[in-house]
Amino acid sequence: MSTFTLHNARMTDNHIVDVDVTDGVISAIAPARGQKSQGLDCDANKNLLIPGLVDLHTHLRQPGKEGAETVLTGSQAAVKGGYTAVSAMANTSPVADTAGVVEQVARLGKDAGLCDVFPIGAVTQGIEGKALAELSAMAQSAAGVRIFSDDGNCVSDPLLMRRALEYVKTFGGVIAQHAQEPRLTVGAQMNEGLVSSALGLTGWPAVAEESIIARDILLAHHVGSRLHICHLTTKGGVELVRWAKSQGISVTAEVTPHHLILTDESAVGYNSVFKVNPPLRTTEDVQALRDGLADGTIDIVATDHAPHPNEAKECEWSAAAFGMLGLETSLSAVVESMIVTKKIDWAQLVERMSITPAKIGGYSAHGRIEVGAPAHLVVVDTEATWTVDRATTASKSSNTPFHGRTLPARVMHTYFHGVHVLQDGQLTGKRYE
Amino acid sequence: MQNLLSIDDITASQALNILDTAKELSRLTEGSVKKLPTLRGRTIVNLFFEDSTRTRLSFEAAAKRLSADVINFSAKGSSVSKGESLKDTAQTLEAMGADLMVIRHPASGAAHLLANSGWISAKVVNAGDGTHQHPSQALLDAYTIRDHFPEHRNDFTGLHIAIVGDILHSRVARSNAALLTSLGARVTVVGPATLLPLGVESWGVSVSYNLDEIIEHCDAVMMLRVQSERMNASFFPSEREYARDYGLTRSRLGSMKPTSIIMHPGPMNRGLEICAEAADSPRSVVLKQVKNGISVRMAILYLLLGGSIEGDN
Repeated sequence: MSTFTLHNARMTDNHIVDVDVTDGVISAIAPARGQKSQGLDCDANKNLLIPGLVDLHTHLRQPGKEGAETVLTGSQAAVKGGYTAVSAMANTSPVADTAGVVEQVARLGKDAGLCDVFPIGAVTQGIEGKALAELSAMAQSAAGVRIFSDDGNCVSDPLLMRRALEYVKTFGGVIAQHAQEPRLTVGAQMNEGLVSSALGLTGWPAVAEESIIARDILLAHHVGSRLHICHLTTKGGVELVRWAKSQGISVTAEVTPHHLILTDESAVGYNSVFKVNPPLRTTEDVQALRDGLADGTIDIVATDHAPHPNEAKECEWSAAAFGMLGLETSLSAVVESMIVTKKIDWAQLVERMSITPAKIGGYSAHGRIEVGAPAHLVVVDTEATWTVDRATTASKSSNTPFHGRTLPARVMHTYFHGVHVLQDGQLTGKRYE
Repeated sequence: MQNLLSIDDITASQALNILDTAKELSRLTEGSVKKLPTLRGRTIVNLFFEDSTRTRLSFEAAAKRLSADVINFSAKGSSVSKGESLKDTAQTLEAMGADLMVIRHPASGAAHLLANSGWISAKVVNAGDGTHQHPSQALLDAYTIRDHFPEHRNDFTGLHIAIVGDILHSRVARSNAALLTSLGARVTVVGPATLLPLGVESWGVSVSYNLDEIIEHCDAVMMLRVQSERMNASFFPSEREYARDYGLTRSRLGSMKPTSIIMHPGPMNRGLEICAEAADSPRSVVLKQVKNGISVRMAILYLLLGGSIEGDN
């Protein structure tokens, strides 16, 4: 039996506690006793203790694009960013559209042993939007897939989307839709607006996102199924989801950290690190997303962590890959956009980045700091600031849009099943067996 | 100034300085000896990733009249489809001794990338990037307008210029809207709503869907080429309908002001955006634009490699 104590941890209600962990499980939470740390103990120094963050939207690139990221390096980036669970998107090569591939990804996650890696299954074979993948087989596999998404592509065929929504009801799954009407976004490069007009880049209009969101909300209502909207980016999208919730329709939505901060003005200068899909929108959209996340219309933050090698970004904007890193900067970006601006407090941040995503994904071991729960714990220095440096990412890639930017809040410690995988902001090399 | 990437990068007085320099260089090369020794020993690379015989020849002629050595690099299609990155191509050509690169590329922003990514130290002139900018075209157009309206030599206030056609996909329109308005002209962009970019009003131009309403008030009409790839993408129903609504037809030619001029960046689609009578009429300054293009490009190369491009002289 192995036991240690995390001393002097500040809970979101400002109580200072000692947390005892026995064999990777929280065994006691009590007011701080003022004892000295010894052995495996750790002194949190009254820094904030939160449950490990949970990401429902992560591109780990393995199998197929190991030059950009692997499950291991992505897991390292995750724990550095305070995540103890990530959800590996299906658009790998081969696509995660069979039980075999999702089991392989799950096994790679276990081998890495730094955080839980929950595979997301493709909705359609090859994410081609033509025929359903074997959703039930993936659900019943050892990976136990519950979230299905063709992310990167939209399930644009309305009949296929209807069938998918219906079919996953049989095993409590959820369809996570990448809302992008393909015909309205042929060759699209960035948000359609004043900036795209001036830069001569093909526009990606908000209506291409909103029309799919509206359609899918109505479909989910019609068939009585669960719908999850990936990376919401527009003011109109927020309004649609708000309406759906007011009607009692079972829809959840996520927003990325970058869409909470950056706007399409970033494209001026054609630095393709700011090229992302869906694109960065306007200041008005950013405000609506922050308000939506604050009032609960948007349920969660999800990173859409999308690593790309240098050569995929070091080229003309129109030739560059879509996507940006997220895991290591996510918490700080949300603090900057939501807590510094006083839109939410830390308890609400924990809901939106840990508790609720764990619920949506059915990750019952996550989002909990309570006796009997696995010790997936994160200590955050809420007063610290740090400057993002693309040269020091744990991710294999360096395409962070925040390079050179000073952001608030620093992840000091991450525990996964009680294993101290991140200590004083540094990976320890320890892993959960 | 290190590069010429966009009209937005230069002030009105810098633009006028380029035009004055072009005028002077044109005068010096008008005689039987068309060549100046100014850029002897300097190497200019024409880096063309898009078919463009005219612009390439114009830059080549400009460089040669200034006695520069010219290397032409042509590769159709994007760098990706070709398998070599823009970075590698540019660095390879710089290693061959390029002092200045003239780049034409189908991707918007390619010239910015070349100039600002730190890949090369050679100067960069944008000869057209995607649907973004074509600054030398706007400068030669301004030169041509100024030649025709000498009383507006340093101030285009009072001139009304229409840019007609596919504004959405036109780098010529973007560059001209910026330059002509900064020189004081009133600019109206005219076309069907499908071919006008979102928020085009923010460019400081007027917008019209109706060519007939404005043509009689214009001092210059700039007809844009209709690209064949637009014809099958539902931007307009048919060539016939486009020509009827937005072409410079004989009847529209008849309603133009006596002093007004017809411009076209070429190559023209006769019978589509411009009828033969208009193209060949005495009002047409299309060939003057071509001739002036060489002088303006000489000025750009001269000022970037030799003299100063700063204004306020």
